[in-house]
Amino acid sequence: MLRKIRIAVALAVITLLTFGFVDFTGTHEPWLQKIQFVPALLSLSAITLVCLIIGTLIFGRLYCSVVCPLGIFQDFFNRLSKTIDKKKKYGYRPERPRLRWGILALLVLAWLFGFTFLVGLVEPYSAYGRIANELFKPVYLLGNNLLAGISEKTGSFRFYRVTISLQSIVSFVVALLTLLVIAYFSYFHGRTWCNTVCPVGTLLGGLSRFSLFRIQIDKDKCNNCSLCSRKCKAYCIDSSNQAIDYSRCVSCFNCIDDCRQKALSYGPVKLKKRTANKEAADPELSKNTGTDTIDESKRQFLKSSLALAALAPIALEAKVSGRKDTRIPISPPGSISHKNLLQHCTSCHLCVSKCPSHVLKPAGLEYGIGGLMQPVMRFDRGYCNYDCNICGQVCPTGAIKPLTVEEKHHTQAGCVVFNVDICVVKVNRTSCGACAEHCPVQAIHMVPFEGGLTIPETEPELCVGCGGCEYICPVDAVHVEGNPVHLEAKAPEDGPTIKTEGFDFGF
Amino acid sequence: MDRRNFLKTLAAAGAVLTVKSNGMMDVMASTVPSGSAQNASDSQADLVAVMNGEPAAMLQTAMKELGGISRFVKSGNKVVIKPNIGWDRTPEQAANTNPDLIVELINMCKEAGASEIKVFDHTCDNWTRCYENSGIQEAVRKAGATMVPANEQSYYANAEIPRGKNLKNAMIHKAILECDVWFNVPVLKNHGGALMTASMKNLMGIVWDRRAFHSRGLHQCIADITTFKPAALHIVDAYRTLATNGPQGRSASDVVLTKTLFASTDIVAIDTAAGKFFTQVNERIRFEDIEHIPDAEKLGMGTMDLDKLNIKRIRI
Repeated sequence: MLRKIRIAVALAVITLLTFGFVDFTGTHEPWLQKIQFVPALLSLSAITLVCLIIGTLIFGRLYCSVVCPLGIFQDFFNRLSKTIDKKKKYGYRPERPRLRWGILALLVLAWLFGFTFLVGLVEPYSAYGRIANELFKPVYLLGNNLLAGISEKTGSFRFYRVTISLQSIVSFVVALLTLLVIAYFSYFHGRTWCNTVCPVGTLLGGLSRFSLFRIQIDKDKCNNCSLCSRKCKAYCIDSSNQAIDYSRCVSCFNCIDDCRQKALSYGPVKLKKRTANKEAADPELSKNTGTDTIDESKRQFLKSSLALAALAPIALEAKVSGRKDTRIPISPPGSISHKNLLQHCTSCHLCVSKCPSHVLKPAGLEYGIGGLMQPVMRFDRGYCNYDCNICGQVCPTGAIKPLTVEEKHHTQAGCVVFNVDICVVKVNRTSCGACAEHCPVQAIHMVPFEGGLTIPETEPELCVGCGGCEYICPVDAVHVEGNPVHLEAKAPEDGPTIKTEGFDFGF
Repeated sequence: MDRRNFLKTLAAAGAVLTVKSNGMMDVMASTVPSGSAQNASDSQADLVAVMNGEPAAMLQTAMKELGGISRFVKSGNKVVIKPNIGWDRTPEQAANTNPDLIVELINMCKEAGASEIKVFDHTCDNWTRCYENSGIQEAVRKAGATMVPANEQSYYANAEIPRGKNLKNAMIHKAILECDVWFNVPVLKNHGGALMTASMKNLMGIVWDRRAFHSRGLHQCIADITTFKPAALHIVDAYRTLATNGPQGRSASDVVLTKTLFASTDIVAIDTAAGKFFTQVNERIRFEDIEHIPDAEKLGMGTMDLDKLNIKRIRI
């Protein structure tokens, strides 16, 4: 029963969450993305964090079974492996705390040193986000376009065609490799990824060790058949000792249904039983999972984190100011600064997927290696819509802060640069004005030139960096330079009052 | 409900298609006499300018003077209406055609027996936001016409422009290519580069690659595109005129409530009239500098000599 509920909830969650990534109509507001652990941690969403932590302390790692998209995703492959190989066995494997906590420590260090890229690479929600955005979305769009083609023949335009394009080669390759690695691990090794590499798995595992509700073995009923152990995809049931490693149990409840003796149950821990369990398992457990070892690695982890935390800002500073590219990348409005983006963004690419103008793209090396795949504004396919603030609304990590439309109007993410010497008006002596036409604040506007011609003139303090001018300029005479720290854009003043009455036909 | 309808239609598609193709043949036969009637009748105005009314009322007045909607739309015709929906702006900001005007035109076309009425524009800003915030999408759906997307290259097909000077071919929206008759319904605005945008500049919204216009000489390309499958009627919405900072505008001070409407079958004449009207609203712009109007006249698309025409000036 519990298992069935778990599967139903997990299916609903992954469907809705995936839809949040692939949907292009903007009708669905993604919210499951906001209750993910790492995003909540980075954005310091106290309520979400407290709920997740307390939830884990009470119910164990339910998060890994029904909330984490990468966890649920792995269960698909897991299920597949069991369908193909009916005799699939897992068994018990001792925990590898040094490896787990070592990886976590490394990731924290990487983050402190500005290599958020590495955190984003293995952080489960973002890893799944990229798979959904880079691999599933094109398929979804293809289906939509086929449907649109059919519906058009009947005269209905309820479905419309959309352009399918690769967001970036790097993130496509990363998503594909992630998918392959995850598929491999989950097909052959159950939830080993979650219990070895995944930083959230390690952290929540540290908590679930003490959870109130847990799977318990009734020693009177248990006949040591080890079926539960062989069926456990987390390799966490030591049936010979009738003990369970709760730091790795993901509360999938499979064992409860599998046990023929009905010896397994899920419920609040009974203190007496717990001590009894511990005693029985003690000789083996203390050596295998070794509380000493755990403590030591944790201690090391804390020490090194603290020591290096002091160095991190220096490293970050060097990184941001050390760049000498001709064009400074433009980070999305609401990201505050390149530094803020670098510290918070795990490259889940929800903003990339939701950007209706296709402006946000996964960065190459624009922000440096640490900011690989973080969103950058590029204007080859469109420009940032003046009244649109979706990226900040959907961002779960606080890398892009939610701005009101009014706030966005006063945010200068980048600034216009105009090169008059290659402008078509000057070179070809023809009128153009495409840049001014697309400028929502007239930071680039047309002023009288020779004859009846008009030529662009810039007023940089008004510029919001939307890139309309850069996108439409037929000769690349105008482009936007990013502001490493976003500035305030001056509000445009009203022009001189225009004649408002007394018109005749005029001809 | 919509899906159900869609499926129903899908099921009936085969039958409908055969009926439709028969209907089209009749239409083609019937458009010929209407063309000759246009030259024959002297009582019909060549250009109508209406002032001081609401958009729908001004269109009704103008249409009466032009000989009624049946002069342009025959029963069973496939009709396209091409407003300006270029910007993510509200009707009050006057960057897009007034939705009330579009609704009235749809109603007229329906009365004339149009078999389908499609409305589209290749927008500059994000198209879903433009369609929505301009108020046009909702108005069109309520009026019972079809809003057609124009956001994707596959909605366009390459077409020759034999009479073009700089623009020899372009990707044109299939709705225009496939229709029997279409209406060009721009809004009158200032434009930084072209100085003024009305009927001719609005044609850039039937084309996929607009950037080519800017690199090959904007005024001439605008003139060139007027030679491609001319619209049956041009209606310039000057209910609100964006006098400065066009074509988007940036604040309410750019907009003037001018309550005027122009309609003509002659694209050169209507933009001449609209241009002369516009230079009253924005006195800093000189009519002589709006080069695409004489350029189109040189291509034989109409006349700038308004005195030669039968013009009706009406104040409601």
